[in-house]
Order: sequence, then structure tokens, then C-alpha cells
Amino acid sequence: MLVLAALVVVVYLASLMIGKTFYPVSDVLRVVAGDDVAGASFTVGRLRLPRASLAVLAGLCFGLGGVTFQTMLRNPLASPDIIGISSGASAAAAFAIVTLSLGSRAVSIIAILAGLAVAVLIYLLSYKGGVAGTRLILIGIGVAAMLDSLTAYVLSRAAEWDLQAAQRWLTGSLNGAGWAQAVPVLVAPVVLTPVLLSQSRNLSVTQLGDDTASALGVRVDRTRLVVIVAAVGLIAFATAAAGPIAFVAFLSGPIAARLVGPGGSLLIPAGLVGALLVLVADLVGQYALGTRFPVGVVTGVLGAPYLVYLIVRTNRAGSSL
Amino acid sequence: MTTTHTLVAENLVLGYGDRTVIDGLDLLVPPGQVTAIVGANACGKSTLLRSMSRLLSPRGGQVLLDGKQVHKTPAKQLARTLGLLPQSPVAPESITVADLVGRGRHPHQGMLSRWSAADDAAVAEALDATETAGLADRPVDELSGGQRQRVWIAMALAQQTDVLLLDEPTTFLDVSHQVEVLDLLTDLNHARGTTIVMVLHDLNLAARYADHLVALTDGRVHAAGTPAEVLTESTVKTVFGLDNQVIVDPTSGKPLMLPIGRHHIRTATRS
Repeated sequence: MLVLAALVVVVYLASLMIGKTFYPVSDVLRVVAGDDVAGASFTVGRLRLPRASLAVLAGLCFGLGGVTFQTMLRNPLASPDIIGISSGASAAAAFAIVTLSLGSRAVSIIAILAGLAVAVLIYLLSYKGGVAGTRLILIGIGVAAMLDSLTAYVLSRAAEWDLQAAQRWLTGSLNGAGWAQAVPVLVAPVVLTPVLLSQSRNLSVTQLGDDTASALGVRVDRTRLVVIVAAVGLIAFATAAAGPIAFVAFLSGPIAARLVGPGGSLLIPAGLVGALLVLVADLVGQYALGTRFPVGVVTGVLGAPYLVYLIVRTNRAGSSL
Repeated sequence: MTTTHTLVAENLVLGYGDRTVIDGLDLLVPPGQVTAIVGANACGKSTLLRSMSRLLSPRGGQVLLDGKQVHKTPAKQLARTLGLLPQSPVAPESITVADLVGRGRHPHQGMLSRWSAADDAAVAEALDATETAGLADRPVDELSGGQRQRVWIAMALAQQTDVLLLDEPTTFLDVSHQVEVLDLLTDLNHARGTTIVMVLHDLNLAARYADHLVALTDGRVHAAGTPAEVLTESTVKTVFGLDNQVIVDPTSGKPLMLPIGRHHIRTATRS
């Protein structure tokens, strides 16, 4: 876990140094400390710093929210970007930009509310004397498809000048990220991570099934409610700022599980993996490929094969999801 | 250690949706003894057990542990005195035996407290008692059915409750593993004085291992008492609707029920 944290710091610094102009570590650190450095102050301080910070924070939120859902529903497919919560935030944001022509703050608030509303909707649709993981996932995938088509419809009607702003809601992008986007995303993990950590032991007992968990003194329904609200909050805040960066929530948990091994909480490792994924993917998308790609395209390329692999593996195992 | 916890159900009414399963049941669990609950399929045995451990709220009546209503006792506090092993518990993917057994310590841990030496000792003792210490680092999903059941019992033991409820702890096990599990529970009862209440399918094993036998039918207790008092030809006929013969088990001296079906019966035994 320390290694992971160190890695995040290293890549974070690297992403401040690398760009059209290369600045050495010393310059970057002076800018971060608040000194005035010719050239570097603008490029690093105004452009790269907010962008990299947003990458870390959004990745953290996606990782934390994703692994929470996956743990709770005991299924790696149960990530918020698969079961429609991110799609809900995206659709609402696209609608707010294109149809209502709202400013960025209002768009964020609407995206967050929509994420929560979709979570509630999926929960209610799949509630049938308790929530079963598989049913929730299937309903969530259906809801996600509906919401994605809604987003596509809204975008097809969009005026050209709105398109670019709205486009971020399809793939997720850090382009043009400033402090105005990054700061609100700081609030979500600061407030909600302690909530998730306080529930992490209850959550790990809940994995033993509702009856066993209750017999061990866990109030299952309350734990689930608190955890869902906190996780959706994280996802929605991050989505509002950076768009639904594809598959980060979905990938972080399983990667963290491989790195950490069985036992122990995955919460913090998954958050760090999420941050690392977004940072690296954004670096790759910006500089490694000749053309600049939004970060969501890169994570999408990474995530899609894993999704296919998971589904193939589940089919081989002969279980229904 | 002697346990003096009293567990009582008074005029209990339980149900799901618009179906009433248990209807005005009274039950007294003798402290420090092994109680087995038997009855036909869907007669409410599991429902009763779930309600006694606070999982299902009663529609009427109450369950009292040491005179206090279990449904009004804080979940964690109750879980330090009374444990439940559900019928088919699920283990998270790739969890190790030690990790699973460790989760039995949950009710003894605060939100922020660290894993303590007492936790370690309890887990080690539970692994020893169930002879699963050698499996500690193995993933639960790689174990055989008998091993897995012992691991789940170890988890319940790590909880260190004076009262332990088990819902069909021998299901899906072959006969030697069934006996092994029941022997283990008897050891626990003898060594620690743990009050054990279990739902069992096999009448003869129930009669063999229980100090106190409870037969349920139509949502009520039809008979309760020593196996010799309860396992009679007329009780089996009423509770299961089965013609039968009860003899003395030559191995244990307890009653042994022999079913009488429509085939393979010597005419001399038909009464």
C-alpha cells in the first residue's frame, strides 16, 4: 500500500514535469511551494497542477466508490460504471448542458443528484424481499443502456458549440481542467472516505451473507444504505467534474485485490489504484500516441478487454453471473 | 464455565408476507444442554431459529434471553451472547479459513479497535477445537463439504457465545461427517457448557445427540422433553404423518425410529 501511495506521488510529479516543455523536479516543487518561476508558474501552476490534481482526486473517488459496490454485491461486475450510476450522471449532465444551457456548477449538482436518483431507482427495481447482487447488476446494465442512449440522443440534437463541453460526458476527459473543477472533487473524498472506512469492517462481515452478518451483530440494512450513499456520492462528484472516465471504478478494485492479496481491506488500495490509473491514462492519452486522446478513451481501451474476460470466465465457471 | 442463560419464546407468532408460519409457540431452551428441533419440511424450524436470533421480528409474542427481549437488544451486544450459524452460509470468493474464522470476532471489536491478543487466542482455540488449524491458510472454496462445515462452526466458536443456534449443521454431509459435526458440538457443550440449539433433519441422530428434543408441527410445539419422552410412535405419526416403529437403539440406549412405508415390510411388524 505504501508502494502504491509512493507510485501515485511519483507519477503525479512526473505529470507535472512532462509536457510540451519539460521542467525539472526542482522547478515543479518550487511552483507547488508557491514561488514564482518564469514560465513554469503558468504552465505547471495553472495548467498541469489542477489537471493532475483532478486526475488523482477523480481516480480516488472512482476507485473507492467502485470497490465499495463490488465488495458489497460480491461481484466484480457490480461497479457503478457498469450498473448505470455513472450513466445517470452523464445523461443528466449532457441534458443540462445541451438542452438547458446551464453553467458548470449547476451541471455538477444535477449530475450528482442524477447519480443518486439512478442508484435509488436501480435499488428499488431490484428490491424483492432483499437485494440480490445478480438481479441488481442485470437491471443496472439495462438502465445504463437506456441512459447512454438518452445521452447520445441529447448530443445528436446539440448545437456545435455545446458539443465539445457535452462530449466529455460520454468518455470522460481532463481537458481544460482548472481549480474550479478540482476543488469540489476534493470535498467528496475528504468527507466520504472516513464514512466508508468506518463501515469497512461491517461491510466485510456483510459479505458472509445477510443472516450470518446479522448474527454477528451487524445491522445489515443500515450498513448497506450508508455505504451506498457514500459510494454514489464519490462517483457522482468525480463524474460531475471529469465525466465518467470509463472503467476506472470497475478496474481499480480487482487490480488492488491482485496487488494486496486476500484478507485486509481493499478500500484504500483501490482508491490509490484508481488515482494511478487516471494519472497514467491521462499521460498516455496526452503525449504517448501522437494525437491527444481524452483520458476516458485510454481507460476504455484498458477496461473493455477485462470486462470481456470476466464475462467469459463467469460463463466457463458455469454460474449465471 | 457454566452458562445460565435462559432462552424462552412466549406465544410467538412469525410469518412472511401474508403467511403465518409459527402461530402461538411457547418454548423453553434448557440452559447448558443440547436441544434439537425436529419437524416436517416447512414447519417453521428455521423460521423459529431466525427469530430467536433477532433476524426476524415477531408478529406477536416475544423471545426473551435472560428475561430481555432479543428484538430490543442491540445487535452487537446480543451477538456476544447468542450466535447463529445459518443453513447455507456463503463465503466470499477466495477468503482464507483464518480470515473467515476471524470474522467471528466482529461483535467483540469496536469500530476503531485493533485486532487484539484475545482475538488471536479465540481464533486459535476455535481452529483447534474444530481441527481446522492445518487449513488456516487455505481458501475456503477449495475445501470439501465436511471441512467447510467445520470451518463455519469454527467461525461461530470464535464468536465465543454461551448460546449457539445452528440451522441444519449436518445438511449436505455424508454420514461420517454428520457424526463428526455432532460429536464436535457435544464436545463444546461438555467442555464449555455452551447451550446448543440445532435444527436437525435426521430424527435418529437428533434423538442420539440431544438432551432435549422439540417436535414442531403446525407452527407449535407438539412435544418437548427427553428423546425417550418425545420420540414415540404416536408423535412421529402426528408430526410427520408416517407409520413407524420405535425401538431402543442398541448402541446408545436412546430411541430409534424405523419408518414403515408401503414396501419392504415384513407382515409380522405391521401393527
